[in-house]
Amino acid sequence: MPQESAAAQHGGTGVGSVSVNGRPLGLGPVGGHVTLLDWLRSRGLTGTKEGCAEGECGACSVLVARPDGDDRTRWTAINSCLVPAAGCAGQEVITAEGLGTVDALHPVQREMAVRGGSQCGYCTPGFVCSMAAEYYRPERAADQHATAGHDHEHGPNGFDLHALSGNLCRCTGYRPIRDAAYALDRPADDDPLHQRTRRPAPPAAPVTVTGDQGDFVRPADLAAALRLIAERPDARVVAGSTDWGVELNLRHRRAPLTVAVDRLPELRACTADDETIDLGAALTLSEIERRLDGSVPLLAELFPQFASRLIRNGATLGGNLGTGSPIGDSPPVLLALEARLVLASATGTREVALADYFTGYRQSVRRPDELITTVRIPRPLAAHTAFHKIAKRRFDDISSVAVAFALDLDGDRVARIRIGLGGVAATPLRARATEEQLTGAPWTREAVRAAADRLATEGTPLDDHRASAAYRTAMLRTALLKFFARTRGEVSA
Amino acid sequence: MTRTNYDGASASSLHGPLADRPANPAVGREVPHEAAALHVTGAALYTDDLITRTPGVLHAWPVNAPHAHALVTALDVSPALDVPGVVRVLTADDVPGINDAGIKHDEPLFPTEVMFHGHAVAWVLGETLEAARQGAEAVAVDYEPLPSVLTLTEAIGAGSFQGARRTVSRGDADAGLARAHRRFRGVFEFGGQEHFYLETMCSLALVDEGGQVFVQSSTQHPSETQEIVAHVLGVPSHAVTVQCLRMGGGFGGKEMQPHGLAAVAALGATLTGRPVRLRLNRTQDMTMTGKRHPFHAEWEIGFDERHRITGLRATLTSDGGWSLDLSEPVLARALCHIDNAYWIPDIEVHGRIAKTHKTSQTAFRGFGGPQGMIVIEDILGRCAPQLGISAEELRRSNLYAPGQATPYGQPVRHAERLTAIWSELQQRAGYLDRVAAVEAFNAAHEDTKRGLAITPVKFGISFNLTAFNQAGALVHVYKDGSVLINHGGTEMGQGLHTKMLQVAATALGVPMSTVRLAPTRTDKVPNTSATAASSGADLNGGAIKNACEQITERLADVAARMINCHPADVRFVDGVVTGIGFADRQLTFAEVVGAAYHQRVQLWAAGFYRTEGLHWDAERMQGEPFKYFAYGAALSEVEVDGWTGAYRLRRTDIVHDVGDSLSPLIDVGQIEGGFVQGTGWLTLEELRWDTTDGPNRGRLSTQAASTYKLPSFSEMPEEFHVHLFERATESGVVYGSKAVGEPPLMLAFSVREALRQAVAAFGPGGIEVDLGSPATPEAVFWAVEAARRGRPEPALAASAASEAYAAGNHSGAEVSAVSGSYAQA
Repeated sequence: MPQESAAAQHGGTGVGSVSVNGRPLGLGPVGGHVTLLDWLRSRGLTGTKEGCAEGECGACSVLVARPDGDDRTRWTAINSCLVPAAGCAGQEVITAEGLGTVDALHPVQREMAVRGGSQCGYCTPGFVCSMAAEYYRPERAADQHATAGHDHEHGPNGFDLHALSGNLCRCTGYRPIRDAAYALDRPADDDPLHQRTRRPAPPAAPVTVTGDQGDFVRPADLAAALRLIAERPDARVVAGSTDWGVELNLRHRRAPLTVAVDRLPELRACTADDETIDLGAALTLSEIERRLDGSVPLLAELFPQFASRLIRNGATLGGNLGTGSPIGDSPPVLLALEARLVLASATGTREVALADYFTGYRQSVRRPDELITTVRIPRPLAAHTAFHKIAKRRFDDISSVAVAFALDLDGDRVARIRIGLGGVAATPLRARATEEQLTGAPWTREAVRAAADRLATEGTPLDDHRASAAYRTAMLRTALLKFFARTRGEVSA
Repeated sequence: MTRTNYDGASASSLHGPLADRPANPAVGREVPHEAAALHVTGAALYTDDLITRTPGVLHAWPVNAPHAHALVTALDVSPALDVPGVVRVLTADDVPGINDAGIKHDEPLFPTEVMFHGHAVAWVLGETLEAARQGAEAVAVDYEPLPSVLTLTEAIGAGSFQGARRTVSRGDADAGLARAHRRFRGVFEFGGQEHFYLETMCSLALVDEGGQVFVQSSTQHPSETQEIVAHVLGVPSHAVTVQCLRMGGGFGGKEMQPHGLAAVAALGATLTGRPVRLRLNRTQDMTMTGKRHPFHAEWEIGFDERHRITGLRATLTSDGGWSLDLSEPVLARALCHIDNAYWIPDIEVHGRIAKTHKTSQTAFRGFGGPQGMIVIEDILGRCAPQLGISAEELRRSNLYAPGQATPYGQPVRHAERLTAIWSELQQRAGYLDRVAAVEAFNAAHEDTKRGLAITPVKFGISFNLTAFNQAGALVHVYKDGSVLINHGGTEMGQGLHTKMLQVAATALGVPMSTVRLAPTRTDKVPNTSATAASSGADLNGGAIKNACEQITERLADVAARMINCHPADVRFVDGVVTGIGFADRQLTFAEVVGAAYHQRVQLWAAGFYRTEGLHWDAERMQGEPFKYFAYGAALSEVEVDGWTGAYRLRRTDIVHDVGDSLSPLIDVGQIEGGFVQGTGWLTLEELRWDTTDGPNRGRLSTQAASTYKLPSFSEMPEEFHVHLFERATESGVVYGSKAVGEPPLMLAFSVREALRQAVAAFGPGGIEVDLGSPATPEAVFWAVEAARRGRPEPALAASAASEAYAAGNHSGAEVSAVSGSYAQA
């Protein structure tokens, strides 16, 4: 499959092209408000569907070629309804139409078709793309042996069902789709998309698009980005655009200028030494998950519960903290880890503790001319950690309450405990009164019960469509009791 | 020429009774969905996919009222016309015909009185969607807010009802209750459900050179869409053609609700001369279109010493929303299904429809059946511990027996299948071992409990309204022997077209590869019924078979002359035509067709089917409205986390009766999909409206996929076994099959009842567990807390209604205002 796409536009007129299904397709006059989904459909590629326009249903899932290290490519499934089409200039995109044809079905399409994996068929192209990404996932063969038969969320072929956690089907009840996923073999050696993974992904070319549908700029480097946002306080900064895309589609917000920082190399480092673990703010959650590979257990517990794979393939920590939402799932965890943020502006950098970062509902100490560049996690990590997400649905839901614990014991006493909370106040917060009460206290059922009663009084939970205030309060209380039950098991083991 | 009698034996030996299958039939084969390859490659077209293939399309955007109830006192469209790209604003003044989107004439298309939050008072047409949206924002509307009724409790308190009140009764309910050994009563309020078809409502209308209006619409009922478009435009039905290529899901939501939207698009196309596309986005679809009816139920039941039900008295109140829509037939089906699979000798059930300032609640898979059946399942689940027996035993011992009839007077034919299915399910699922394993698990775990439950389904098949039980089809055989079929049913993912291809191939005796199916449109088959009530295959299959048999009868005459045998001895199998005893004289279907053409024999036919033997007195609620009952049972096992109320569905086993399956892969898909959709309704999917007196009163708070959660992979059973009940030929139905669309949804009661069992395991036992519906983790958590305290407490959502019930209808001594739910008499 010819993947050498036409040259992307390096600043200027706004005419570039995207490689779609192996063929360059001119972007045309497309502004910052136009999503990849709408652009694909406007070009007659109607296989990709809109089901919800907010990254919840996955009917719009497509594959994009993303860097996998320096010299390889990873086919990555994303929600095309959320990302600006302009940001895809110079990139490679595969849709369901490009995977196979009616006469020559792709292996994923064949399994879905013959097993009854489609009924109405509307969600199907999206499922096929999400499934194809997992089909090509290079680690799948290794997982085949590690996870075989361990649970119902991993197939004997190493297929991780969480790859489909962002795809909704209203017809099938999912069983035939799961069967199709678990029946997939390894990609053939001459499979063109498989071969494509052995070469580097297309670089993120700088892009400048202007027009009446909103300007879009992908700056070349951090310095250019910082200069731009200092000059243009009306700019909307996006990385994965998983939050802004929803604002754009559902609340019809429009920004005169959208600035994409998702591929800035300065924001994509992941380094660790004895003192800290530094996570680049524009790494996607999926990338962090792979790089850390379980080395920060609390984050490892967070990731599978954070939205869906489709979202994690775009969403970043910088974005989750940048929006400042009180119900984001990363802040409670990062609060418990005592993370610090590096903020950069054209005039310099500074570091703030995450605990001091949030100032009000979707408000923070970050100035409009600053970008979060790095999330810094101090070492050593606590010995006992847990993340409790309370939601209606286990896969891909927004938490009504989120609680993260990080605990060190000294014998049977609490040496140190940090508790991060989400969903119980206008900002994410630390449960400082509970932490204080427990510090130095014995880690016993009695002391924990008393502390749980205290924890239940932290924050000011509200009644809303996700949960009642009473339930949220109860969940704060039981979270600590459940954590105690779990650590008691760990300590005695 | 012989005539086929559809109620049984044929006058010809060429065609046996409707249920008989010929040799080597295409029906019964496990074939994928006919469009599966199109689905997986993105090649399948849905209505909105047509717009890039249609030049000059205008886009429509509604002007949504921000009040639950208000008068429109002024409407100024001129600011919208100043927005670049806005072409026209449609208002009531533009309607040449009748300004109404319904069939009850209570749904003004362009209203002067706003009846729910989000009600569209005008529509803006723009060159782009963005222009139309900006135009809609610019339209200036003045409203005079009026008082609104939102909840069922408010409606009951205010006496806000609509439509007919109906009663199903048999015997003397009071006497039945009086002779009971134990009596219980209670109140139960449960939620509705958003269809959340993945493809939102969409219509694309254009006007051709002859003034003919052509509307492509995602509709389950093209003929009614056609009628509504025609009466809005003030033209005869023959001036309007509606086509539905396919739908991205319907589930009942596209039975009535597409009509007005199609009419707006058609009106726009007529007035501008340009194609108009009206597609609701998800927020608009959830805000503006109807849902499954929430219900409120008051009940009193009695049991004899052997735990047999002696009598039931109940009142069901459905929340119909702002207009009548399909609320009356939905209520009728609820009343006809409160018995589910149980013999209730003396019974009196009243039904009424509340009028509230919400979307117009409408058809949704099961069509009131689930709302009737949940009441009796909830009652049995709650009463069993009080009676001191297992819920399994209570249910099993009350199942219908052969010879018994429903409260509305229909014999329960094949009632023995209920007990047969029950036993087979228990045996297949290893029931007794599983009960022991659950008990052992629960004894060993303090904070996690498991539960296991089995529930039955008996669901009546046919439209309650007898007239709808008819269908038409058109079958063309071309000179080369290839076949084109067309029928009145629509494809929404349920596999109807696949089954119809199988029926046609079977009836003509040709390979499936030679049969093609053309999209559903009203100028091919007129006056069709909605593809609804699970009836699509029964009705349209009957019509296609009829058309095919007209053709094979004519071809048999031709072939008989060629073979030199009697026409009744001609057989059509897999494209080969032979005569009995003439195995050496094999003709191809194409050869016979070619000969027939030259002899000027008609090679196409219009088929028709009407379901025989139905009668229904809608006033008295008595008769035999159903051709037959579909039966099934499910056994589900759950695990509940006592810390949070979160749970997992560990395993589900199902045995379900689809007669002799027309298409097993399709039928299993319907069973699994219906089950998971039902589980969503009962455990997860929660519609919440703003019921405060604040500025957003009446607004749907769960109007997006992020706030309204439907089942995902995490909700499917970890182990899922579906078995089709065998040797189940249904006489009098096409090729011995049974309808399958709706009945499996109600197998999901097993999940809710398993949750109740698990919750009970946190407590001392022997007390009722009152579980909210949907049984969200929060609802389960409160039930666990109540169980741990050792006394019942109603779910939060139901408590207000319980208090109203206790205060209004019963003395507080027996029905506590707090526990509310029931007291032993």
